[in-house]
Amino acid sequence: MPAVTETREAVEKLGQSTYKWGFETDIQMDLAPKGLNEDIVRLISARKNEPEWLLEWRLTAFRKWQSMKEPTWAKVSYPPIDYQDAHYYAAPRKKEGPKSLDEVDPELLKTYEKLGIPLHEQALLAGVELPEGETARPPVAVDAVFDSVSVVTTFRKTLEEAGVIFCPISEAVQEHPELVRKYLGSVVPVADNFYAALNSAVFTDGSFVYVPKGVRCPMELSTYFRINARNTGQFERTLIVVEDGASVSYLEGCTAPMRDENQLHAAVVELVAMEDASIKYSTVQNWYPGDSEGRGGIYNFVTKRGACRGARSKISWTQVETGSAITWKYPSCILQGDGSVGEFYSVAVTNNCQQADTGTKMIHIGRNTRSTIIAKTISAGRSDSTYRGLVRVQPKASGARNFTQCDSLLIGDECGAHTVPYIESRNMAARIEHEATTSKISEDQLFYCRQRGLSEEDAVGLIVNGFCRDVLKELPMEFAVEAQKLLQISLEGSVG
Amino acid sequence: MSQFLEISGLCARIDADGQEKQILRGVDLTIPPGEVHAIMGPNGCGKSTLSYVLAGREDYEVTAGSVTFKGQDLLAMEPEERAAAGLFLAFQSPIELPGVNNANFLRTAVNAVRRARGLEELDAVAFLKMAREAAKSLSMAPDMLKRNVNVGFSGGEKKRNEVLQMTLLQPSFAILDETDSGLDVDALRIVAEGVNRLRSPDFSALVITHHQKLLDYLVPDRIHVMAKGRIILSGGPELAKRIDQEGYTKFLAEAA
Ligand SMILES: Nc1ncnc2c1ncn2[C@@H]1O[C@H](COP(=O)(O)OP(=O)(O)O)[C@@H](O)[C@H]1O
Ligand SMILES: [Mg+2]
Repeated sequence: MPAVTETREAVEKLGQSTYKWGFETDIQMDLAPKGLNEDIVRLISARKNEPEWLLEWRLTAFRKWQSMKEPTWAKVSYPPIDYQDAHYYAAPRKKEGPKSLDEVDPELLKTYEKLGIPLHEQALLAGVELPEGETARPPVAVDAVFDSVSVVTTFRKTLEEAGVIFCPISEAVQEHPELVRKYLGSVVPVADNFYAALNSAVFTDGSFVYVPKGVRCPMELSTYFRINARNTGQFERTLIVVEDGASVSYLEGCTAPMRDENQLHAAVVELVAMEDASIKYSTVQNWYPGDSEGRGGIYNFVTKRGACRGARSKISWTQVETGSAITWKYPSCILQGDGSVGEFYSVAVTNNCQQADTGTKMIHIGRNTRSTIIAKTISAGRSDSTYRGLVRVQPKASGARNFTQCDSLLIGDECGAHTVPYIESRNMAARIEHEATTSKISEDQLFYCRQRGLSEEDAVGLIVNGFCRDVLKELPMEFAVEAQKLLQISLEGSVG
Repeated sequence: MSQFLEISGLCARIDADGQEKQILRGVDLTIPPGEVHAIMGPNGCGKSTLSYVLAGREDYEVTAGSVTFKGQDLLAMEPEERAAAGLFLAFQSPIELPGVNNANFLRTAVNAVRRARGLEELDAVAFLKMAREAAKSLSMAPDMLKRNVNVGFSGGEKKRNEVLQMTLLQPSFAILDETDSGLDVDALRIVAEGVNRLRSPDFSALVITHHQKLLDYLVPDRIHVMAKGRIILSGGPELAKRIDQEGYTKFLAEAA
């Protein structure tokens, strides 16, 4: 397979210059001193002008965190993290006052423009400046979070008219304290795990969504995270509450500059779905993965959990994970309501020296609860990827059903892929099905495509996208196209 | 002027589990533009290997000989460059691509080749129209375009799908490797018609087959008999009829 090796080597030389989002923005920052202690927690809370209860909540989390240890069960390895060697608060300097695009630092706007994030409502609404042949996208409301702070949220008027609240969580703390207080930490308790506790102590911003009874959110909501500053961690907190019979589709994306150091990203996402409510949460995770030798990259240690509290409620997680040096992430569903539904669709791509340990937990508590897990793992280069999933059926969950499908695709022979399913059923009548496959991109497939005129890179892209189809089709249309491109870019030069 | 396709002294081998195995042992073959030639020969004599080597499959190592295609050194080109230059191979065993939509695959291929040939790419609407018409002319069910490439296709459907791809990619030189094997008489006629529609002074084909039936429809200009990695005999269409009646054994004995 000489030519294949050649291509692989040729593109490996390119290293991570394939990471197209690696630029840095020069901007005035308000930075807390390095280190983490109670004073820093108090400082963050003070900067955010938070009520006393929230400061207490943070301090509780901080004290718990101090007594906790980093988890070591995941199949990832990295040097010890010095938690005192980072800034826990970094915010772009800005004037006070209501947020509108005019008041946002033009440098920031340029950053999001470069990233292709639509922040200009007018242009979007009018559908102007569309390249020929491109049809107008449905509008998407965007909350842009730069380092730890939300810089702008678009389409707030339209959403307010529908009764939907979509704003930075720091603002929700001020404007809707009763909602935040009721739900914050109700799905992921402050001391749930090491990273969640850390997040609870120091989170700075993130998005808050509230959809009232019976309302179908009139547009896609999206949060776009960007880490820019050096030596900072990003700890965002997202809370989405959807009342009876309401629904929302939410997407998050993220990028970071290319840096030699590792940066920590420890987010917490909590979802609450009441009776007949539905939440579709999609992630396209594209943090900087580090270079081809494994230098730099984001440590992505994230806790995401959704509670299907009401009967027939539904939470669906879709993730396309291509970035980060290390991913540690298990978006989960707690299926409390009778007949509630949990779904997890995942594509995890690792290349070069990336490591991913990701999967889901489906906890069946209510009767006739159903869950579906489709996990596609693609490993290339010297990377290592693990699917880790738990399906637990509680004694009262009669009629519970789960279907799990885990497929791994290996590219080259230096990478690893592992599947670790945990099944705990305490109800004899539950039906749990698990299927797993491992395959390689075959020479036959590559040659067949190339004989038809496709380049090797395009052939790999096509085959990989085919492999991921069952997951990609779950993404909202316009993001599916981007995700497809992203997959191909992430795997450039990985053929082997 | 050099010929359209000129193969001379072509030798190729494969590394099978650490053992070098010589398969092609000096193939000489010339195909002028506009002609259809057929290769016949017993199983294992190297017919498919010849087609793979012409298409650029890297597992086979060319140890001697040369191939010029329209004046270019074919062996120096990447497989996709050969495709862009007009070479098409209908595989003896078409490959499955799970999850890859057939229409999408075809459009990607057609546009890759069009780009390389300096033609404008086709948008989805124009392409689908063209693809539907081509599928219809091959009596393929319209849903074949929506299914995944070759996945769950019957043997006959796979072969027709190869001919569909050939029709859309508009090659100037097509190699059909036992495209007729496993087809019923109706399918055989449809496939043959698909090839005949491409016939023109600028289109040549090399048809690998065991059966007289396909040649009845295609009426080749020359027949070549291959044995042990060489062309041992060439002649007119009557050669195929004799093989059909007398079998290979007698022939090989005579030629030896
Ligand atoms: N990839 C391969 N690995 C090992 N042996 C091969 C390979 N390809 C072809 N051969 C051998 O080379 C010979 C010629 O094969 P092939 O070209 O497929 O013959 P034909 O198409 O004429 O039936 C056979 O003996 C076959 O087993
Ligand atoms: Mg053969």
